[in-house]
Amino acid sequence: MRITVTVDGVDYSDEVEPRTLLVHHLRERLGKTGTVVGCDTSNCGACTVHLDGHSVKSCAVLAVQADGREVTTVEGLAREGRLHPVQQAFHRNHALQCGFCTPGMIMQAIDLLADNPDPDEDEVRHGLEGNLCRCTGYQNIVRAVRDAARQMRPGAGPDAERVDEAKLVGRTPTHTGGGGE
Amino acid sequence: MIPAAFDYVAPTTVDEAVRALAAGGEDAKVMAGGQSLIPVLRMRLAAPTLVVDLSGLTELTGVHDDGDSLRIGAMTTHYEVQRDPLVREHAGLLRLATDTVADPQVRHRGTFGGSLAHADPAGDLLAPALALDAVMVCAGPSGTREVPAAEFFVDYFTTALAPDELLTHVKVPKLTGWGAHYEKFNRVAQAWSIVAVAAAVRVSGGRITAARVGLTNMASTPVRARAVEEALVGQEATAEAITAAATRAAEGADPPTDNNADAEYRSHLARVLTERAVTAAVSA
Repeated sequence: MRITVTVDGVDYSDEVEPRTLLVHHLRERLGKTGTVVGCDTSNCGACTVHLDGHSVKSCAVLAVQADGREVTTVEGLAREGRLHPVQQAFHRNHALQCGFCTPGMIMQAIDLLADNPDPDEDEVRHGLEGNLCRCTGYQNIVRAVRDAARQMRPGAGPDAERVDEAKLVGRTPTHTGGGGE
Repeated sequence: MIPAAFDYVAPTTVDEAVRALAAGGEDAKVMAGGQSLIPVLRMRLAAPTLVVDLSGLTELTGVHDDGDSLRIGAMTTHYEVQRDPLVREHAGLLRLATDTVADPQVRHRGTFGGSLAHADPAGDLLAPALALDAVMVCAGPSGTREVPAAEFFVDYFTTALAPDELLTHVKVPKLTGWGAHYEKFNRVAQAWSIVAVAAAVRVSGGRITAARVGLTNMASTPVRARAVEEALVGQEATAEAITAAATRAAEGADPPTDNNADAEYRSHLARVLTERAVTAAVSA
């Protein structure tokens, strides 16, 4: 079947088999290898992308179901050479060790912050319950998401200014409230 | 893994979908949100020759006020159910149970109707549907028919739907002003319920005047804990009365034994979780 999918702002038209999973289409046809496959059971969340602005596990969506729709992957988050605030927060808080779960964690964290711009620790943990990390024990991931929330808070100038200068490098208000998609 | 090859159609009306299903014969499979089916296809536990994808059926999405009941489109996602103001007001038990389904990504894709038609007894929406006396609206080649939840769930992964029928809507009678709670027990995040209890109660002047209790994963189908319901009605809403009623939670159930829990432990869980669920529902 012929499908046209907008991925990270670019339209791609391709012939795909109905059985092709979206994650395989992204990686193998479009070269979007930033999105990874972590499991065979749709448990791990490593393959999380946004489909029309909502997080989905791209191993549990057929490529044909993305026809005519917009996909954002972790590769589409940076703007003008600057990482997305959630990416920056993961870096700043050392929210990864091996890094394999990170693309999915970041995409789900952005989805969570779009729904709930100021989650408490419990809400972050619940918001990320579809994403497994086998290295970190999640502590720094939770810290990173809450840090990103503070950086992205709309109109949070005074709050944001309370953190030290280094944390503000690269803060880009245009990303506020979502993944820019 | 990669699914075995299949043909794929994405109808845009219920009539088209029913025709496609009939034409596909017994190896055709309906796909709603695909959050159970696609993993099953990937693991090659199923290999349908035709997948009929309902995701284009916009007529099957949304929650509508039908007077005494809500009419919920089978393709309404969990995410939509969680946020629907009508569900919140008139079917709080359904919202609370939906909050516990899988994880946020799955709730964006997975659907209310898909979960019910999949009929996994560990699924979290079956017991609430049973407790709420929901009615399933099914469409087939000869028209539509309505099946009460008590007759819809037949066995493990088996419903009253004929092979050429679709679940199109679910009628959920309003329980406005009732207290509700869904108490789910599992070991790790996003795991299936080992046991869960769905409870809705109406309290008037400190007395329980009506009670509904449904059990998840206590048999091959969801189960109504009728003995608990009968023991609660007419009682003062006290801890003692709830504790006494909850001791009867496993009566009539036929819990499975598997790697997570044996039948005896599940019966124990049903009693403990029923006490917690009713206690929370009374004070909700």
